Amino acid sequence: MEHLAFNCLSVFALACALGVVLSKNAVNGAMCLLLCLAAVAGLFVELHAYLLAFILVLVYAGAVVALFLFIVMLLDMQGGQPWHFRGVQAVAGLVAAALLIAGLDLIAIRGRLGAGPASPGDVGSSLELYAYPLFTTYLLPVEVIGFLLLVAMLGVIVLSRRAGEPGESK
Amino acid sequence: MTPSLDAYVLLSSALFAVGFLGVLVRRNTLVIFMCLELMLVAATLALVAFSRFNGTGDGDVFVFFILTVAAAEVAVGLAIIVALFRTRQTIQVDRIDSLRR
Repeated sequence: MEHLAFNCLSVFALACALGVVLSKNAVNGAMCLLLCLAAVAGLFVELHAYLLAFILVLVYAGAVVALFLFIVMLLDMQGGQPWHFRGVQAVAGLVAAALLIAGLDLIAIRGRLGAGPASPGDVGSSLELYAYPLFTTYLLPVEVIGFLLLVAMLGVIVLSRRAGEPGESK
Repeated sequence: MTPSLDAYVLLSSALFAVGFLGVLVRRNTLVIFMCLELMLVAATLALVAFSRFNGTGDGDVFVFFILTVAAAEVAVGLAIIVALFRTRQTIQVDRIDSLRR
């Protein structure tokens, strides 16, 4: 049963990922990205990471894809610049992706991942599992991440201002 | 019978490779950025799978950090793309070649 769900979700995720790469229209690409993220969230649920599935849908599907769609509409690239695979670039991309996947799978197979436990350990899925490490072991990273968000916010404000606008210190 | 760790790692590497292919092949900066997000999500999937099969929650905590960094990255990246479009009137990477000359 879980195998069936895993197979369906993984095929769906891969198909949608290919849709992101192959779609001519950037809006269609963003929609494919949304579906792919939903499939990955389903895989998270299957791994018993319910909170992460929820956050993935909330942050990625809710905020990131909406932002992408907003920018695509803002820059208005509908129909413009149809793309085509250029010979050398397409071949190089395909070869590089094939080499990457071959190398990673070689590591996965030679690394004897199967030597570990055959099924996911039952670590529970309570909030405490996330909250306790966040406030003890990973307290410093949490603070650094908060600072990073602040810096990113300031950076976006500075970037989105036109040079020479009123308020620009000169 | 649950899927094995191998299956999750294979899937995540396949997703990563598809995103990598997109970064190399596509010429639209926005689509390249979407493919970058795809690669981040693939890495996230591998982290969650390893964390679950290892029986600890540490990988899940790292996924929190990855999601936060991804959100900040998307905000800054899209602001850069919009600023680029304002100055160059294009976001096709072929046409943004000032450094090549």
